[in-house]
Formats: sequence, structure tokens, C-alpha cells
Amino acid sequence: MIKKKIDTNKKVLMSGNIAIAQAAIEAGCRFYAGYPITPQNEIPNYMSGKMPQAGGVFIQAESEIAAINMLFGASAAGARAMTTSSSPGISLKQEGISYLAGARLGCVVVNVMRGGPGLGNIAPAQSDYFQATKGGGHGDYHTIVLAPSSVQEAYDLTKLAFDLADKYRTPVIILADGMIGQMMEPVQATGYRLQATGYKKAWALTGAKGRRPNIVRSFFLKEGILEEHNKLLQKEYQKIKQEVNNYENYLTEDANILIVSYGSMARIAKDSVNYMRKQGARVGLFRPISLWPFPEKALEELSIKSNAILVVEMSAGQMVEDVQRIVKSSAPVYFYGRMGGGIPSQEEISEEIKKILNAYSQKK
Amino acid sequence: MNKIFSYPKSLSKNETHYCAGCGHGIAHRLVAEVIDELGIQGRAIAVCPVGCAVVAYDYWDIDCSEAAHGRATAVATGIKRMRPGNIVFTYQGDGDLASIGLAETIFTANRGENITVVFINNAVYGMTGGQMAPTTVMHQKTSTTPAGRGANFEGHPLKVSEMLAMLPATKYIARTALFSPAEVLKTKSALITAFKNQIEGIGFSLVEILSMCPTYWQLTPEKSAKWIREEMVKAFPLGRIK
Repeated sequence: MIKKKIDTNKKVLMSGNIAIAQAAIEAGCRFYAGYPITPQNEIPNYMSGKMPQAGGVFIQAESEIAAINMLFGASAAGARAMTTSSSPGISLKQEGISYLAGARLGCVVVNVMRGGPGLGNIAPAQSDYFQATKGGGHGDYHTIVLAPSSVQEAYDLTKLAFDLADKYRTPVIILADGMIGQMMEPVQATGYRLQATGYKKAWALTGAKGRRPNIVRSFFLKEGILEEHNKLLQKEYQKIKQEVNNYENYLTEDANILIVSYGSMARIAKDSVNYMRKQGARVGLFRPISLWPFPEKALEELSIKSNAILVVEMSAGQMVEDVQRIVKSSAPVYFYGRMGGGIPSQEEISEEIKKILNAYSQKK
Repeated sequence: MNKIFSYPKSLSKNETHYCAGCGHGIAHRLVAEVIDELGIQGRAIAVCPVGCAVVAYDYWDIDCSEAAHGRATAVATGIKRMRPGNIVFTYQGDGDLASIGLAETIFTANRGENITVVFINNAVYGMTGGQMAPTTVMHQKTSTTPAGRGANFEGHPLKVSEMLAMLPATKYIARTALFSPAEVLKTKSALITAFKNQIEGIGFSLVEILSMCPTYWQLTPEKSAKWIREEMVKAFPLGRIK
């Protein structure tokens, strides 16, 4: 465990979970509520000691549901707030996330994904992609979703998440997995500087002294009003789509076979790119970092010059549906995935690439 | 001549959506009067429930938040912890506080959050059409207990105030009613104590108010008041519990 604020000149070895917790405190998060669940327990453990030191509040909530609703209150009061959990716990939070989105309240929700469905297991997985990127709870809404691929990136994206949550007044999901959460890597506190410390929150509940009362609500019963409110949300989502597009291109310049993968899976995919390059194949990796909005344009451009695309996920195939939607008929889209905590190896991915290459050479 | 009665400053001048004879209007007004008398209009933050009082924010001229069904005390916890200088209260019905939100209610009380809870007990779900509430009394007929609430399957009414009184962290728990002018005044006095406790930092305070629901009790307003006085108080005795 690190003791002080990270020295910007030094690298500090820490796990992804601790990096997320530390980044949140440095980003001005002053309210944390959570419930124990593996594989993210290091975050509440760390927060219980660090938040009071930072002048913030730590609450071990009685349930995931209470935790997300406490965030609703803290955020309505104008604070930067975070909760963290893993897949089954995130399912419990979905109603609350929908309320936060509906009431236009920002917050950061971290999902250190594990295998499902149901109680599943505690191994790393990516099977909550649909839930995270398509809304998750009831109603027409989206949340920004950021997927770190390293401990450094978990640290950087957590800070970014707080700014985005304030800027667009929306919940932001950090979609990590058990591997990112538990793995230890060096972190340097230079990756990201907060864009602004003070977003004006004239709508926040502070007591109606010298002004008209503020009301935080997602409930609009009168005919037509809720539709207008939804139009406002959709307009905001369009703005986010234009402004948030994070991704990494790895050796894509001359690639004719493109792997698309995110999070910790993308690290293994990168190994496969390196291995196949040594075999003389022109393979590259496209790694979306913002999963919603998905960096559509960047993928579309790459797909035009690709002969084939291989999507690799630790799921039965969820992101692949977005890839197919974006790529359309520009290139054939293949999928390789494993489920329930199974992690595709470099060899397995390379084998899939070889199959694709063989199919093409036979065609010729 | 001195003015001795006027429209509370903290009560908005909106037309009521409540049914004739409903107790919510009285309770709303009492809360507004107490806010005025304690001089906390600029500091008060209300957390409104899901239920008949979902739009309580239409009637109070103070900052308000909605909350998901049952989660008002969790939302209030978040607000109060971030703004300890404000006076934060929830206003919740029996379905909200005692059924779907019972875990939040118990744990918020057990943490001793320095908030005030106004708990309206009218023994039914009003907004959804008069179904059985956790506080429906024995043999009471509702939309979902057509033969009356029975001990075998539906169980006995939950006495949440008595349950909360057992917790070391709760500081003030009282049960009052709205069936007569005298009881209304007692309710106001209990609310003053419950809000004062928060202002003075004493801790978690709750006032349970037995309130009329003529529509779903299928009684006239007058008979509804009589039903509380003669029947409901048997299950829910009035007075200071803690």
C-alpha cells in the first residue's frame, strides 16, 4: 500500500484496484460508498483509511443498492462520488444508475468484472460489455464507459472519468476486470492532469438561501415533459459521441489483418500481434478505450484497408456486435472468445489468425 | 391587532393533487410550519419518496431531491454527509420506508445519521391502488388482501418505530396521528423535536404519523379519522417511543 500522494517523478508499484482508489482521491472524490465483493475488495479497504484522511467520507453500505443511492445523494449535493463493485453487484446498482442518468447526476462507477452469469466465479471476464455500453438499467440512456488495459491506464482513466462525469453530468463506468484489478504494475502520476477542478454546479442541493429552490429529479409526469427531458439527454449523448473517442492503434499502419480487443484482453492480443509479425504476417491491433461512445470512425477507417478483422473477447461475443455494425461489409469479421473466466492465450489468438490467413491463401 | 395565523413561507402555493380527506396535505403543511418556525428554510433539503408524496417538492419552497423507491434514507445519508450544515429530512410512506426500503431505514438509523425522518403510515399503498402495506392492520381489506390481512400468510403489521427504538443510535422516535386538531398539534410538536435534534446534532430522529387514506380505506374523511382513533391505534399505539 502506498502511503502518500504519488510522487510525480517516481514510479510506484501498485495493483489496479489501488490505482483506481488513489486516482479517485487525487481527482477530488470525497464520497465513497461500497459493499464487499471480490475481486475489488482492495478499493473499499483502501478508501476506508484514505478518504477520512483526505477530508472525505467512506461508508461501507448495507448493500450495493444503498451504496449507489448514497452516491445519488452525494452527487445531488455537488460532490464527486464513486462506488466500486464487480459484476453481480453492478447488476444490483443498475436501477440507481438509471436514476442518476435520468436526474443528470455525475458519478464514477467501477466494475471490476468477473465471470457470470449469476454468481459465476471470481476470475477475470468481459461479459458485462452489453450491460455497460447499452444502458444497463431501465429507460433510454447511456453512460460513458472507459476500459483500462494497464494499471497506469486504470489510474489515468479514473481521473478522466471524474472530469467527464462533471462535464456531461452523467455516470461514468470504469469497465475493468479481475486481471486489471489484481495485477501490480508501476504507475507514474503524469498520465493525466485534471482539466478543471471546479465545474459550476448551480443545480446542486445546498439549501435554497437567496435563490429559488433546486429540485433534483428524473420524474416528469405531465404529458410531453418527459419526452422533452429525453430529447435533452439524447442531445447530450450526441455531444459526448463527438467529443469522447479514445482508442489505441498498435502496428495498424500496414496491417491487413486487424485484431479488435479491449481491456486486459488487448494485452494478450498485442502479444499475438508481435508473434505473428515475427512470422511475417501484417497484423495490427485496434483497442477501443472508450467503449461508449465507441470510437466508430477510427475503426471504420481501419476496416476499409483490412482484409479481415478478428474480435477477441473474454465473453461469448458482445463487442463483436458493435464491430460488425461499424465495419458493415468493409471486411469479414471473425470472433474468438472464451467464457466464464477463461482467458484466450497468445497461442490461441495466433492460431485463429493463422486460420484466417490460410482461408485467404486458399481463396487466391 | 396581531396576526396569529398565516400561510407558511415554506409551503408553495400549488393546487393539491391529494384526494379529499388525505392526511398528506396536513403533514406537508406541518413540515412547512416547523421549517418556518425553526428558521431553516434556506438550509433545509428534503428527500421525497416514491408513493403518493412523490411530488412533495411541488409543495415545499426548499431544495428537494427525489429518491428511488425506498432509498430516501440512503440518498439523505449522501446529502447530509456531504453537507453536514444543512438540515436534511426524508418524507416517506409505509411502503417506501417499511417494505422496499426497510434495509436502508434500519441501517441509516443504526449508523445514527443525523437526519430527520417523517414517516407517513396510512396502512395501504395509495399511489398504486390500495394494496396491502407492511403496516396494514390485521383483518384489514385491501386490493391484495380481499379477505382481510391474515396472520398465516400475510403476517402481522410491522411496527417499524418500535424496531428502530431498539437501536442504540436512534435518539428520538415518536408516533402521532392526524385524526383530530389536538393530535395534529401533538404531531407538530413531535416534528419540532425531531428537527431540533438534527439542528443540535443530537442524531437520528423519526416521527411516524398515522394518516388518513379515505380513498383506499373506502371510508368518508370523517369515518377515516374515526378509524384511526378507534382501530389503527390498537396496532400502532401513540406517544413517544424513545
